[in-house]
Amino acid sequence: MRAFSDRFIALVCALGVLAALTTAVRAGPYEDALLRFTADSFDETIEGINAVATSGNALAAQVIGALQEGRLLFSADEKQVFIREASDQLIDAATGRPVVGTAPSDIAPVRLNNRLRRIVEAALGGLTLMAPDAGKRFEAAQAVLKSRDANALKALDQAIPRETDAGVKQALIEARAAVVLYLDNASDADKIGAIAVIRQRGDQEALALLGGLPGNASPAVRKAAADAIASIENSLAFWTALQNAWYGLSLGSVLLLAAIGLAITFGVMGVINMAHGEMVMLGAYTTFVVQQVIRAHNPALFDYSLAIAIPLAFLVAGFVGILIERGIIRFLYGRPLETLLATWGLSLILQQAVRTVFGPTNKDVANPSWMSGSFELGQITITYNRLWIIVFTLVIFAGLLALLRFTRFGLEMRAVTQNRAMAASMGIRTSRIDALTFGLGSGIAGLAGVALSQIDNVSPNLGQGYIIDSFMVVVFGGVGNLWGTLVGAFTLGIANKFLEPYAGAVLGKIAILVLIILFIQKRPRGLFALKGRAVEA
Amino acid sequence: MADLLTRSLDRGALAFLAALAAIGILVPVLNLTVPESSPFYLSSYFVALFGKYLCFALLALSIDLIWGYCGILSLGHGAFFALGGYAMGMYLMRQIGTRGVYAHPVLPDFMVFLNWPELPIYWYGFQHFAYAAFMVLLVPGLLAFVFGWFAFRSRVTGVYLSIITQALTFALMLGFFRNNLGFGGNNGLTDFKDILGFNVQAPGTRAALFAASMLALMLGFVICRIVVSSKFGKVLVAIRDAEARTRFLGYRVEAYKLLVFTLSACMAGVAGALYVPQVGIINPSEFSPGNSIEAVIWVAVGGRGTLTGAVLGAVLVNYGKTYFTSGVLAPYWLFVLGGLFVAVTLLLPRGVVGTIHHHWREWRERRRLAAGVSYAAPRPAE
Repeated sequence: MRAFSDRFIALVCALGVLAALTTAVRAGPYEDALLRFTADSFDETIEGINAVATSGNALAAQVIGALQEGRLLFSADEKQVFIREASDQLIDAATGRPVVGTAPSDIAPVRLNNRLRRIVEAALGGLTLMAPDAGKRFEAAQAVLKSRDANALKALDQAIPRETDAGVKQALIEARAAVVLYLDNASDADKIGAIAVIRQRGDQEALALLGGLPGNASPAVRKAAADAIASIENSLAFWTALQNAWYGLSLGSVLLLAAIGLAITFGVMGVINMAHGEMVMLGAYTTFVVQQVIRAHNPALFDYSLAIAIPLAFLVAGFVGILIERGIIRFLYGRPLETLLATWGLSLILQQAVRTVFGPTNKDVANPSWMSGSFELGQITITYNRLWIIVFTLVIFAGLLALLRFTRFGLEMRAVTQNRAMAASMGIRTSRIDALTFGLGSGIAGLAGVALSQIDNVSPNLGQGYIIDSFMVVVFGGVGNLWGTLVGAFTLGIANKFLEPYAGAVLGKIAILVLIILFIQKRPRGLFALKGRAVEA
Repeated sequence: MADLLTRSLDRGALAFLAALAAIGILVPVLNLTVPESSPFYLSSYFVALFGKYLCFALLALSIDLIWGYCGILSLGHGAFFALGGYAMGMYLMRQIGTRGVYAHPVLPDFMVFLNWPELPIYWYGFQHFAYAAFMVLLVPGLLAFVFGWFAFRSRVTGVYLSIITQALTFALMLGFFRNNLGFGGNNGLTDFKDILGFNVQAPGTRAALFAASMLALMLGFVICRIVVSSKFGKVLVAIRDAEARTRFLGYRVEAYKLLVFTLSACMAGVAGALYVPQVGIINPSEFSPGNSIEAVIWVAVGGRGTLTGAVLGAVLVNYGKTYFTSGVLAPYWLFVLGGLFVAVTLLLPRGVVGTIHHHWREWRERRRLAAGVSYAAPRPAE
């Protein structure tokens, strides 16, 4: 009995101490706020979230984060709130210390609905505005911009002067402007100032912010918003046009790459080479093989794989081209339709040969590190591989022009093209020039393959997809004229990309084909037709 | 009429027609009346297969008419073939009625599936065979007329024409792949049940379709013979060999080309229309440029400018294709086909029939010379 009473007294004392302790702890606003979570009512929970978020307690972010993930538990009987850790360990939300012993039996998660979830996100955004990680702060600013939660204003005002990172600071200022714009009790001057900030931002998000302005806004604010919207729409249209132009340039450079070799074989020599696409494919497979060898033997060289592949692809495709010219095409000069059929057959053979050797599936050709990634220019994203391909294309184009203009081979090539008989009587070995010219055109197709392997699937059908487009470019630009090919490729590329938003990718392509067919009616010899005697040859 | 026929059908052509007619009668008879155990029995599979070849032969004939006799190399004739096929396919789709998966009385299955509220206007009338048959001729013919009118008027010739015909069929292929065009998109038209009230799967219908294909082929052959042996045909050959000179002589070259191109497209359309019920499906891949070029090689193998050669070439090459692609040799078919393209253009530019003709003529000439007749038959330009 005595033992019992001793224990009873001890227990009462302990409870007394505990009660004293807890009341002492519960004195602050944070602890009061926590209590609201135990009411199991959505309205109380909202109060709780806002109170916790503005309490400035170090545990606030942890509590709201736990709430968002459903890890915030409460016990209505004990009036206590807990955070469940990933390891299932319970932490007392009031003290931040692990709970020892058993948890209360009526423990249950604090419930959320969609309305609350938004509030939680906004509160979390406000809380992480001061996170040590700049990336986190930026994300928080974006979250506030989206939620426009008035509760975040205080946190923003605190965070903006402290912010050191310029990008994050800008994001914070924009977030604040968004909040102010939607605040009921902000002055018109503040709101117009906010509109100016958002106008500076000038993207779709800004447009949405300004467009969704509440109906009770004053006329001055509305007018400022309408002006800002008009201005943003203008600038957006400009950026969209620029983006399309960039995509068009990118597509144009791909078309040019594929067509430029054809401009030599078809344009200069008059040979219809339907196997041209397969030369491109051979170039792409050469890149694949080079990368495989490097991967197996010297992975350190991987970033230089393209530099190694470029001359190899030129040699492989050029060599195959010379073989084709010597083996087939030279017997068919003057019979263009037969050449077309024979080279088509050849393209089937080459495709099947590659399929037999490498298998029918797509091969994995990786981008070297300097070709992956992207950067932002204003509001458009520019990927490095597209940029490099444009540069590569222009370099090849310039090199080819120089070759034709300044070298002896170029001179002989032009001579043979313009007047074969005269060139032959001047001592030029025309058949050798024919073979070399065809080899050159094929070699350039091989180079195109190296570039295309970076952006397209490397499969036996790679070339087929480009052959019709390439012919269109050459025909459109005018046969026998490299500048025509350049202009043709970029015109088609850009026209295609500008049509796409209106007509969709497939219809855009069809429209382009129809336009070219109509164009050929008008100018059967292309944009830059050769004039004079050369036409008759 | 009789005069026209006797003038255009020489002994060789008559013999060829007789052979076709014999096959056209014999194959269905051997399929339908001979018991399966008999060695003379021909399976329904064989009948459908050769029915398909006959459609290809008609397509080849239509290409030979413009390429062999007028020098127009169309790499898009598969488009006319497929358009004819689609017209027939639309008729066959309308015949399904409530037997489709969704049992909709009017809308084909794919339209129900895509939530189309009602039949598009261009599908109206296809429940009538006569209307569909008319469309089989009209649609390819009209397309060829419009396309040819633009192309020939601005004197697009040679390889340029070949490339834009290829672009034409490529554009059509992309278009037909789209679901919202209303032709079944990717899957095309299939699951046919009836044609003119007869079950398309039944052996009797298959035999009848075989005979109809043969009849169409013979008719096409006769029409081509009439065209090429007429004065009109002589002008076509003149255009093929020296277009500018023919124009200077006062002929309206583009009108001649346009007429023969349109006629050829109609023939290709009929071939496609007969092809569809025999294979049971038509989809956008029929428009692929590869198919059209393959059809050209049939003509090249048989010999262009011979008509009989086109028919033989189509049957031979397609038989080879079936033989190769159905066995262990399947991976090598493209080597064979590609090799055929190269070998025929390099070694056998006249094609099989053309080469035989050529040697036969030379042999006859030598004999005539040996017999002391100092008359050399005029050699047509190559």
